[in-house]
Amino acid sequence: MEFFLQLLLNGIVVGSIYSLVGLGFVVIYKSTSVLNFAQGEFLVLGAYICLTLTVQYHVPFFWSFLLTLAFSALMGILTERIILRPMIGEPVISLIMVTLGLSSLLKAIIQGVWGTELRPFPDIFPAEPVKIGPLPVSQGYLISLASVAVLLVIFTLFFKFTRAGVAMRATAFSQQVSLSMGISVKRIFALAWSIAAVVSAIGGVLLAGIRGGLDGAMAFFGLKVIPVVILGGLDSIAGAIVGGPIMGILENLAGGYLDPLVGGGAKEVAPFVILVLILGFKPYGLFGKIKIERV
Amino acid sequence: MRCGDFRQSYAEDMSLFDSPLPRVLLAGLLAFLLVLPQFSTTYWLDVLNRIFIAIIAAAGLNVVTGYTGLISLGTAAFLAVGAFTTAALAGKAGLPFVVVIPLSGLLTAMIGLVFGIPSLRLKGLYLAVATLAAHYIVEFTVSHWDHMTGGVNGISIPAAQFAGIVLKDDRGIYYLIYPIMVGLLFFTKNLFRTKTGKAFVAIRDQDISAEVMGVDVFRYKLLSFAISSFLIGVAGSLLAYQARIISPENFPITLAIDYLGMVIIGGLGSIVGSIFGAIFITLLPEMLRLATDALGNQWPGLMVIVAPIKTGVFGLVVILFLIFEPDGMAARWNHIKAYWKLYPFSY
Repeated sequence: MEFFLQLLLNGIVVGSIYSLVGLGFVVIYKSTSVLNFAQGEFLVLGAYICLTLTVQYHVPFFWSFLLTLAFSALMGILTERIILRPMIGEPVISLIMVTLGLSSLLKAIIQGVWGTELRPFPDIFPAEPVKIGPLPVSQGYLISLASVAVLLVIFTLFFKFTRAGVAMRATAFSQQVSLSMGISVKRIFALAWSIAAVVSAIGGVLLAGIRGGLDGAMAFFGLKVIPVVILGGLDSIAGAIVGGPIMGILENLAGGYLDPLVGGGAKEVAPFVILVLILGFKPYGLFGKIKIERV
Repeated sequence: MRCGDFRQSYAEDMSLFDSPLPRVLLAGLLAFLLVLPQFSTTYWLDVLNRIFIAIIAAAGLNVVTGYTGLISLGTAAFLAVGAFTTAALAGKAGLPFVVVIPLSGLLTAMIGLVFGIPSLRLKGLYLAVATLAAHYIVEFTVSHWDHMTGGVNGISIPAAQFAGIVLKDDRGIYYLIYPIMVGLLFFTKNLFRTKTGKAFVAIRDQDISAEVMGVDVFRYKLLSFAISSFLIGVAGSLLAYQARIISPENFPITLAIDYLGMVIIGGLGSIVGSIFGAIFITLLPEMLRLATDALGNQWPGLMVIVAPIKTGVFGLVVILFLIFEPDGMAARWNHIKAYWKLYPFSY
């Protein structure tokens, strides 16, 4: 029972970070119809920058975290301006391939600058575990869960009430109508990419903090977010928020109970098996907009 | 001397060669490649073999992605299926290569069909994601099915043999890979002169109109997946015979991305593009290695960052091609050909 609860908790915490990074996916997809395969590299890059600022330049964690966010926002804008804008109107394969190319490029930069070995991440969370009922829970988990929850609320309010948020939803609904209403679609695209880069960087820092270490392999997290957003529906923010914990719990249960039977690796492959099932039965996800175009 | 490109019948319009010269040049090239191993060093022979295998697989990916418009991230997985089938059939069952290679292709085609089924309902992004899932599922299977695939430790494959002939070294295997590559390329080139190939192109251009015009979209999408996976499976089988030892690590997701890169850089929907793309992407790490070997004396640190440089150059080249030459090297090639075809009298 305790084992089960532990798995459940792990799943919810990791799943909440899935939700956060998934939010970045959905924001980009909704407004620009691009699936960003470089999301994992955004995540790793953000974590590395925070690590370098904190460890090498001895910037207090709070400020290095803010600097990381500023850098990520800038990187998102530049990515959109330099790489994605010339691709507007190109077929889907080109859009997919350009983000894959971007992912290779960023991976090379990360590997060239920081190498491939695992680096210890500064202890940003207090080490002492808290007892919840019978279960010892690390404080990092709780802090991470709470910050993701706060962020998701902030973003939901942002999309619902602020001018920029409403403009983004309008752009996602129809680019032509938004243009004729005086919304700068270009600016919205840039905003979407910078939001995606920022949430990925936050996810990266939280994840590295929980793991206590950081290496390039963490970029795989970006690919594992794809099943999450497909489960929730690619164009649904609520879907990303709900899909994250579901996928986190499922993969942790698979890892906990199937790994001894198959000899490891079940946790990594489980989201993709679930993905195939979703695509077979409900390809537009739990909350996705159903586009009726059958062939 | 030619002063124009006149086609007076449909048969002429469909012909592979529009003048005698390309035919002669192609025959010359094929003959040159036939005798090349006699003069080549082992190192370059190995590179050539890998280029030829990459060409087969890139042409296979181009059938499904370039010609039918279905995006596949499953190339590495299908190569793995072909390679591990060969390991099982040649290693465990001891069959000769004339049986093993077609069987590996057929089994890969069947696996390809299974993962092609989502393509009936899904398009574009969703299909890319489905093939991504296929990659991880196949990777999980080959690394856990220990007694068949050797698991993470890998498995070794005996030298290709048939009726007493054993192809032990790179030179021997060259004469296995080369004719298969030429045959499959002619097959693929001709495929797009037939009804089937034209149906693929119709689905790519507009699937709904294709269906209205009487193309059975369901059937042809699956057929496209099957043909593509067959070619990739044969490439995987040859890869197993050439490398002699394979493990799941030889087939990472980055390999699938490399192949998509070949097809994009070479040119979508072009066989000659697949050839250019495969040559370019296979030679890229070799060239970087030669360059760093030469410069290694001055900057010893260079050797360490060869792998990231390769990844970075690949990413950069893909992005630059997509932005500045979306039709790939094949488009450049056609410009050059068109210029020289009517050379002195181009007007």
